[in-house]
Amino acid sequence: MDQLDHISIQYDGEPYTVPSGRTILTALEEIGLRFVRGIGCRGGVCGACTVFYRVDGEPELHAGLMCQDPVIDGMDIMPLPAFPQKKARYDLELPEGDTADYRVVALYPEVNRCIMCSECVRVCPMGLDVMGYVGMIKRGDLRHAAEASFTCIQCQACALRCPAQISQPNAALAARRFYGRHQAPQAEHLTKSVERTQDEKFQRNMERLRRVDMDALRILYQRQEREPGDAPPGTWLPEDRSML
Amino acid sequence: MAAENPYPLPQNMRRSIRMVENTRQDRVSAIRMGENFPPLSLSDRMAWLEEFHPDYKEEGKRELIIGPNRGELAPNELADLLETWPRSAVTKRRNFKPHIETDVLVIGGGGAGTAAAIAAAEQGANVLIATKLRHGDSNTLMAEGGIQAADQECDSPLHHYIDVMGGGHFTSDPELVEALVMDGPHALRWLEELGVLFDKYPTGRIKVRHGGGTSRKRLHSCGDVTGLEIMRVVQDQAESMDRIKVIDFAPVVEFLTDDAGRLVGAIVERLSPSKKTLIIKAKSVVLATGGSGRLHQQNFPTSNHFGATADGLVLAYRAGMPLQDLQHTQYHPTGIAFPEQKSGLLLTEKFRGLGAQLLNRHGDEFVFGLEPRDVTTAAIIRECVEFNNGVETPNGSMGVWLDIPMIELLHGRGTIEREFPGRFQEFIRKGIDIREVPILAFPTLHYQNGGLTIEPDGGTHMPGLYAAGEVTGGVHGSNRLMGNALLEIIVFGLRAGRSAADFAQKLGEGGAPGLGHLEQFLEELQEAGIPKKNKAPTLLPKYGPKGIQVGVRQNDLDIE
Repeated sequence: MDQLDHISIQYDGEPYTVPSGRTILTALEEIGLRFVRGIGCRGGVCGACTVFYRVDGEPELHAGLMCQDPVIDGMDIMPLPAFPQKKARYDLELPEGDTADYRVVALYPEVNRCIMCSECVRVCPMGLDVMGYVGMIKRGDLRHAAEASFTCIQCQACALRCPAQISQPNAALAARRFYGRHQAPQAEHLTKSVERTQDEKFQRNMERLRRVDMDALRILYQRQEREPGDAPPGTWLPEDRSML
Repeated sequence: MAAENPYPLPQNMRRSIRMVENTRQDRVSAIRMGENFPPLSLSDRMAWLEEFHPDYKEEGKRELIIGPNRGELAPNELADLLETWPRSAVTKRRNFKPHIETDVLVIGGGGAGTAAAIAAAEQGANVLIATKLRHGDSNTLMAEGGIQAADQECDSPLHHYIDVMGGGHFTSDPELVEALVMDGPHALRWLEELGVLFDKYPTGRIKVRHGGGTSRKRLHSCGDVTGLEIMRVVQDQAESMDRIKVIDFAPVVEFLTDDAGRLVGAIVERLSPSKKTLIIKAKSVVLATGGSGRLHQQNFPTSNHFGATADGLVLAYRAGMPLQDLQHTQYHPTGIAFPEQKSGLLLTEKFRGLGAQLLNRHGDEFVFGLEPRDVTTAAIIRECVEFNNGVETPNGSMGVWLDIPMIELLHGRGTIEREFPGRFQEFIRKGIDIREVPILAFPTLHYQNGGLTIEPDGGTHMPGLYAAGEVTGGVHGSNRLMGNALLEIIVFGLRAGRSAADFAQKLGEGGAPGLGHLEQFLEELQEAGIPKKNKAPTLLPKYGPKGIQVGVRQNDLDIE
């Protein structure tokens, strides 16, 4: 096993000596702390374990995730288990004459108050250009706002620091949903495949296959052709088309 | 963005990486010629599984001694948990006067539960979601790779059906699989209409790829955060609906039934400062508590959410409902083996779908990377344990290389950053550039294939109880294919939600809530001499100075 040095940190106002070389979460757990709140996926995608911290003697305030960020000697950590966010409630239907981009700004008008301090960009644990996507929402460019915010884990670190009181992650979520519903190209090929499942003849074929015994199914399984990995979309067709 | 810190690699790994680099160009050329490592025959698959897959190891499981599955095998950790007493919040309670009444109670706020809530509310039911942690905290949001559905011209639900059955070694329930594949295209459409951003071509056609065990390219994804995108969208939709209420930090610890044996509610503990126990009365219930990876079976690491502790299985088993395929746990072949901080987290199958190969320490391929998951898992363990061809990490564990950099040779520069934005960023921040170096992988506990037996409408053996998602069994048989879990939670979530709302509307209110369903099980516990301190659900695992403590090994007073 690896030999580890021990370092001193503060968590939620209390001092602890923890092993180094660990994430904040595992270091605190190893000395016996048990978390119930402020902990989630333990994989850096849910934003439940967001913390703010300062390292002794340094001016910067950082945001981080306990399950991802390493412990640093002299670190003083504040957990952020819950944050009062602004959450608009809406359905995706657009009233007559309204547009998707306008609707998102109407739901989150605070985006217009952005003072471009870029504090949100500085603290984002995911390294996102938060201020950039807020600007895109403001300008009605939902497509780029959707792309720029796509890996947001909604930890709310940006929202906590925003002097304009924007709930950026939620505004971005609305931007992505309205973009997906009203502006992104729709998957036309899905219509046909949905209709096929409603076709009675096709449903009877399915039922017949479902009744096939396992030995016969094994043969069908082994006989199936495999679509080549590099076949361009929608072009390749199997020799045996009896099941299409 | 370039990596700032050097990848802190021990010497043996650096040496091995050089060998990987030496063989890379030849391997890429072979793929361009249309060659791939020969897939195993069905009989070789079984032989490798039986010898090397953790599911098939005798010492990892035991016979259940009480309950509806008495005499059947289950993993030790799960078996211990199923044969337990209720928590003291249940046993000490005498009064079941409801604090909250609703039409449909949904237990669990992950993908399946949230989809069920939306479907039930759309039928006009008032819905309460009670979830152990926060709404959305679930394995759903951790799913990376994609969602299957037969929507292409060369594909059909019939082919999807055959793939599911074959991938599950012909042990799945045919009727459930039929429901899964026939509802597939509709599930995609439903998600698209809610604003889920699938990866698309400019024409709107959703991009598809192969996954392990698919005959057609049928995996649809949203970057490498498919589950996160689906979860946050359905959650946002549910939270916008007036008929849906959510209580967070509210794990259900026991069912409540009336004299006729119908499910009429549940007892909920609060993981909040109030710590108040709540009685919820409902006309019907949807159980969607998810999986059990946090039991760390056979001490494997896990890719699962912190809350995946089999709570729903415990409640159902105690109430006399049979569980199926319990001995089949899915190990995702490529969990991260190094660096240690990321141990157990996933390197999605999409990497292999785009051509990244699995290599031993000599830089040689030893298995076709897109075998069904259990077969790939067995192959990696075989390569490490039997042939000692794995790469050793500083803490003594083993792994094999996932040669991610070859993806850019196959598909052009920028592919990795574009297709895996989440993982790419995360590794870059750790000073690891996955465009340049392969990553060490080893199987990780990923999914509970079995669970509560259900009907195609989500119904169970108990009137008033419906179930959906990872807590159920039968859809995937003994082995799930990639992309069918995200499909399952939508298809069966919607089905269970609709059925539960129908049931609530048709039958109205049930009788007075009580614990009649526990009588037989409590007697059996007593007779079997199970110690009273063994209590469940355990709600959360405990990681501490003594290592992992889960199931009955932990002291549940800690969170009581």
